[in-house]
Amino acid sequence: MGAAVAAAALVAGPFVPAAQAQQQGGTVLRVALVQEIDHLNPFLASFASSTMVGRMTWEFLTLPSAEDNTPAPGLAESWSTSPDKLTWTYRIRDGVKWSDGQPVTAKDAAYTFTRIMTDENAQEANGTYVENFESVTATDDRTLVIKTKTPQASMTALDVPIVPEHIWANQPNMTDPATDSVPVVGVGDGPFLITEYRPNELVRLKANPDYWRGRAKIDELQFISYKNSEAAVNALKNNEVDFVNRLTSTQFDTLKNAEGVTTNQAIGRRYREIIVNHGAQTQSRQPIGDGNPVLKDVRVRQAIARALDPQTLVDKVLGGYGQTGGGIVPASFPAYHWEPTANERYTFDPAAANAQLDQAGYPRGADGTRIGPDGKPIELRLLGRASEDFAQRASDYVISWLGAIGIKAIKQLVSDNEVDERTNNGTYDLAFSGWGTSPDPDYILSKQTCAALPAVAGSSSSTAFFCDPEFDRLYAAESTEFDPAKRADFVKQAQARYYSQVPSIVLDYDNVLEAYRSDNFASFTKQPAGTGQIMEQSGYWGFYGATPAEGGSTASGGLSGGAWIAVGAGVLVVLVIAGTAAGRRRKSADDQE
Amino acid sequence: MTNALSTAAAELDEPRRGTGTARFLLGKLGGAIGSLLLVVALGFLLFRMIPGDPVTTLTRDRPTSPEQLAQLRARLGVDQPLFQQFLDYLGGLLRGDLGTSYGYNRPVSALIGERLGPTLLLVGTATVLAVALGLWLGVRAAWRRGSLFDRTHTGIALTLWSMPQFWLGLLLLIATQGVFPSGGMRSPDTPPEFFPQLLDVAHHLVLPCVTLLAVIYAQYMLVMRSSLLGEMNAEYLTTARAKGLREDLVRRRHAVPNALLPTVTLVFLQFGLVVSGTVTVETVFSWPGLGLLTYEALRVPDLPLLQGVFVVMAGSVIVMNLIAEVLYRVLDPRVRAQ
Repeated sequence: MGAAVAAAALVAGPFVPAAQAQQQGGTVLRVALVQEIDHLNPFLASFASSTMVGRMTWEFLTLPSAEDNTPAPGLAESWSTSPDKLTWTYRIRDGVKWSDGQPVTAKDAAYTFTRIMTDENAQEANGTYVENFESVTATDDRTLVIKTKTPQASMTALDVPIVPEHIWANQPNMTDPATDSVPVVGVGDGPFLITEYRPNELVRLKANPDYWRGRAKIDELQFISYKNSEAAVNALKNNEVDFVNRLTSTQFDTLKNAEGVTTNQAIGRRYREIIVNHGAQTQSRQPIGDGNPVLKDVRVRQAIARALDPQTLVDKVLGGYGQTGGGIVPASFPAYHWEPTANERYTFDPAAANAQLDQAGYPRGADGTRIGPDGKPIELRLLGRASEDFAQRASDYVISWLGAIGIKAIKQLVSDNEVDERTNNGTYDLAFSGWGTSPDPDYILSKQTCAALPAVAGSSSSTAFFCDPEFDRLYAAESTEFDPAKRADFVKQAQARYYSQVPSIVLDYDNVLEAYRSDNFASFTKQPAGTGQIMEQSGYWGFYGATPAEGGSTASGGLSGGAWIAVGAGVLVVLVIAGTAAGRRRKSADDQE
Repeated sequence: MTNALSTAAAELDEPRRGTGTARFLLGKLGGAIGSLLLVVALGFLLFRMIPGDPVTTLTRDRPTSPEQLAQLRARLGVDQPLFQQFLDYLGGLLRGDLGTSYGYNRPVSALIGERLGPTLLLVGTATVLAVALGLWLGVRAAWRRGSLFDRTHTGIALTLWSMPQFWLGLLLLIATQGVFPSGGMRSPDTPPEFFPQLLDVAHHLVLPCVTLLAVIYAQYMLVMRSSLLGEMNAEYLTTARAKGLREDLVRRRHAVPNALLPTVTLVFLQFGLVVSGTVTVETVFSWPGLGLLTYEALRVPDLPLLQGVFVVMAGSVIVMNLIAEVLYRVLDPRVRAQ
């Protein structure tokens, strides 16, 4: 039977058009999903692809605008704070309905936040947003009041999907797999609603006809799983999908010339860095790990920063698709992004780096390697993920640059897991790392404060074990400052302080590389306008704003004529094979010895 | 092939039971259970030697208090001594409980059960085709040893056998340019009726199946070829020819059935290995089977899931081994006589 099916398929294959995917009478946007989905349950979803599906389904109180990432109204049409900045009042939009017909009220929002605050299992994805909350109450159907313990400037950037209470209150156990099923996650109020979920194959969403901003211009949105990005690129070329992201520079360059395909190069939201183990410690200031003590000297760290040439890494390793860095808030958020002045910048200058190390008292030994205070040659372990192309190729450059200033670096490319374990435990000297950021800078800055140091060795939280009173002061000032201009100023000062202390060296902000079928879709909304990305936005603007192209493919569903011919051919082949075999048997049966 | 099996079965019709067979079966079964236990123990230890604490892997990028970590350790049972953990694991295994996946938060057995079907479909189809193709080519090549046919096909088979599956898969994907789907097992919008679904799955099956087939048929062909070559000078063939039988009958009814033995056992021996070898093919074509599950589990890494997949895959090799050994005895009277 297996052989028969395969034989039919082998024959049938060539006749079946590959792009028979479009459904009858509607526009379908098919998106290749290279990253997997961990959960659809918005309380647990932490992978970028899963949170993206959540953004489509459940509206937020407020969300970063498509134009410039400033807070825009969502479920909350307006908001205000008390004079002491501890009480926030949100006015919930009137007339918004869940897809099952129930009205969306302030009680749903209060329920969502309270559930995260009180149910430990519900904190997995968005627990950090409510840490500073005192209480959340709905005083009436349209008024939501949130009291915070200390003033919190990020209250218009709560990236928390608001879910319907009447559905989720029936789910006592957040980790129950049923919370990922369509009957639960299918009830939403966002621009799209989840209608089908086949793990590792497909998430299907349909346009929400009652969406308060208006129905999307497309009828259906499909996220189709591809485990291999080459296959995803191939699928785009063959018109099996309409959108692909997370492309490599090589893939991007080939797609630039592909017919019917348009590429989008955007400034990313991630920064790449080399973290420097300058004395890993716990919250109680217990030293952990075995970092080289020479890195405690800020002059050594600065010299290392001067010895590296990030521009070469961007050009040679990233194929030019990146932008060299300054502060830890990427250039895609210009309001908070900070760049060092010409004087402050550690420009690539091996001579200056050498001079700084000479001055600091690290003489070169017989073989040219500098001698540390302990009398031994300075040797640093450079940790990277073996799975990551960037670490593999960049490490050779970094080793030669450090060699030029008399520091011997040893390449240690290991599994992702071992990198996590060793960076958590402080058993490294230098390590390739990186972090994705959101439009509000509060979270990424908070990761660099003393409070983010691990409670015990091995528990993750801090990125570079940075703990600096001056940085903490600027962070505190930023997170309680409500005047946007003043707040931005504190954010920049904090980044300048970070930069001067070199707990890590920001190498670049990678470009986001995406491509779409421009013969099917005319345009998408970018965030920020003009230069931004389409798929992994902090918002749903990209796909919500998708505009079908004139005469784009809206092929009919069902089996095409070619497919039926193919079926016939397949059946015929099987019959012929079976007939021949039977005939032969009879012949040999006649021919008895 | 069917002829050969029925010939062998016909010889079995005569009851020839005895303590020998029972002891043989018991011995083999015991051996298989022993290997299985060893595999379980090895798998258990192996996945505990992977660097990285499962709890910190799970809490990656999230601030966690020591209390939360301790709670999580207790929930996952990794706070117990290693030996106790092993006993618990063994106890669960006997009840068919392979533990709970960290990444999916679902029973490992359910996850594996879901993925087994697609993998068996892929491996089964590829194996059936590879056996048919390999045996046919092997017989032809041996019968016309040294001919152009023999040299060409041996060359092609050896080349394909030594090709990396990943590379071959990508090559096929790009070469066929849009004729077959680039990935997955089903299209999103195929009508739910049986026949369109069947056709859709078959269409998706072509490329992964051909890739797998191209790599595995070579050994069936080569074994069949060499084993038939070994039979070709045997005297019973001369006898058969002397009886005046046509040449193709001599080949089909006398030489091939005798030469088939090593190949039949090889099919069973290989089947288990092919199941575990689908990781690359399934990853290239996003085929939602066991291989892909392994790949995903490795990336987290999801220890209970990895362990479960490991036990199932190793188990399939052991079971197939057992079947091959028993089958060999059934098919070949010489082995039975020993």
